[in-house]
Amino acid sequence: MGFAIECAHNGSRIALRGDCQMADLPRLEGAMATAIAVGAPAIDLDLADAGEFDLGPAWLLQRFVIERRAAGVQVTVHGPESEHDAFFGQILARAPPQDAAPPAEPGWLARIGLRLHRIWVEALVALAFGGRVLHTAARALRSVRRLRIPAIVRHLHETGVQAIPVVGTIAMLISVIIAYIGAQQLKPLGAEAYTVDLVVVGVLREMGVLLTAIMVAGRTGSAYAAEIGVMKLNEEVDALEAMGMSAFEVLVLPRVIALVIAMPLLTIVADTLGILGGGLLTRFLLDMSWPQFINRVDAAIAPTTFWAGMVKAPVFGAIIALTGTLRGLQVQDSSRELGRLTTVAVVQSIFLVIFADALFAIFFLEIDF
Amino acid sequence: MGSAAQVGGARPAIEVRGIVNRFGEQLVHDGVSFEVQPGEIFGIVGGSGSGKSVLLRTILGLRTPNAGQVLIGGRDITGLDAQQLREVKRGYGVTFQHGALFSSQTIAENIILPVAEHMYLDEATHAALVDLRLLMVGLPLATAAKYPSQLSGGMIKRAALARALALDPQLLFLDEPTAGLDPIAATAFDELVLYLRHTLQLTVVMITHDLDTLARTCDRVAVLVDRKVIVDTLPRIV
Repeated sequence: MGFAIECAHNGSRIALRGDCQMADLPRLEGAMATAIAVGAPAIDLDLADAGEFDLGPAWLLQRFVIERRAAGVQVTVHGPESEHDAFFGQILARAPPQDAAPPAEPGWLARIGLRLHRIWVEALVALAFGGRVLHTAARALRSVRRLRIPAIVRHLHETGVQAIPVVGTIAMLISVIIAYIGAQQLKPLGAEAYTVDLVVVGVLREMGVLLTAIMVAGRTGSAYAAEIGVMKLNEEVDALEAMGMSAFEVLVLPRVIALVIAMPLLTIVADTLGILGGGLLTRFLLDMSWPQFINRVDAAIAPTTFWAGMVKAPVFGAIIALTGTLRGLQVQDSSRELGRLTTVAVVQSIFLVIFADALFAIFFLEIDF
Repeated sequence: MGSAAQVGGARPAIEVRGIVNRFGEQLVHDGVSFEVQPGEIFGIVGGSGSGKSVLLRTILGLRTPNAGQVLIGGRDITGLDAQQLREVKRGYGVTFQHGALFSSQTIAENIILPVAEHMYLDEATHAALVDLRLLMVGLPLATAAKYPSQLSGGMIKRAALARALALDPQLLFLDEPTAGLDPIAATAFDELVLYLRHTLQLTVVMITHDLDTLARTCDRVAVLVDRKVIVDTLPRIV
């Protein structure tokens, strides 16, 4: 028999007919909500023609009666006792003791404090992580076997060689943009020849290495975090440790070393293609011949210009690799954590790279590099 | 539910007729047939690689057999379209070997997921239903706010059972319900299944390796041997 429900407009009478299944819950809930919203002083619950109830609706109906009665409403139930009442009595009697209530939410001051404390702890964790990597590296450098050359080569291939197309393209496009805007702005001053200076110095000192680092953070930082994170979830990291192998030596160190090597190499690619892109544009935009361009480049750069960009590359590589592997190792318990920490790894490594770049800029200015 | 079954006596809850499952050259099942009666706890056993899981996936409608029929409540599910199959699936609950709780959701969200998928209800109703399912499987109500990773193995099995019961199914499939539990937790889980069967007249099909569980709970047992099945009561099979 199909389920039917009648609910008086003043909420004083609810009549149920037929079998009430889980699928009928929305209608039952609607009727109960009406009765509560109207606030009738007395409710007649007519179950005389009701059939079999699924557990879900029966439970909600019983809850409804108990709660309304507790709220001082006169609830009268017509019809037979529900067959499930005994079962509900049993499961309530069997219910295991409840845990203590969770602690209350902290106030705003406490939240700020907790937040600061967490940032402090995270900084300490990162510092300890870096220290442990250095320590592992110092030990590993003493024996070639410990260094795990095959793993380093594999990561070099994945993070370096395979990144060349995208890094090169980006570097070229950015230098084209700089050259284009530079030429446009310098032309009214008659100084368009300085577009070359702008592109070459900009790419060599900053843009080449910075954009490479950002691309690598997106590509490799996320890959490191996700690879190690999945290994954490599968207990593969525990398995390694249990076999007496250090996760730092096997998983972290090869990745860090590979990226510290790969970043300068990728930066050279980015620098080359960046200058090439700038040269192409000045060729067409400013009608400057190649020999002129090369002379201009020669005049624009100091002996240190190239190195001012290049020394940053391994540092950025280390930052990205350390952030990625640390976040990967912090993955615990759930697939959501994996996604969250992978995102954190990318965002944080880009932030740290730009922050470090700013420090480098100040430092170079001070020492007149 | 009950009214249809009374016409013409007790109709089997599940009928498996001549199931053949083949993976390429490898024949897993060659004419597997058995019936599961309403209100019965039916065990499926067999060695590793004997095709227990494939058989369960076939009965659940997750895999179409190469030949044969599976009737659930008298309805052949092998020829149904996706919509009809969804209706059949709404009528049974399943627990998987490792719980298969969604790790990024709390236990409450896990339990209410099948309900929320099928109908729109208030938060308060959701909370009340979660309480009911947790009470049914004997978990503390505070478990609702926890994540699967915060629970012990036994609690995960119970939470998975709570989710399987979310839509008040008449039919329950348990895949290795006591695997990985210590004997005390396994006994407690078996008693829970017996209790729910007794009070709710559920039909239960379980795959298990655990001889104690078989002996404690199952009315009849199907043994998969040599791509065929032998069905009998446990004492006689042993």
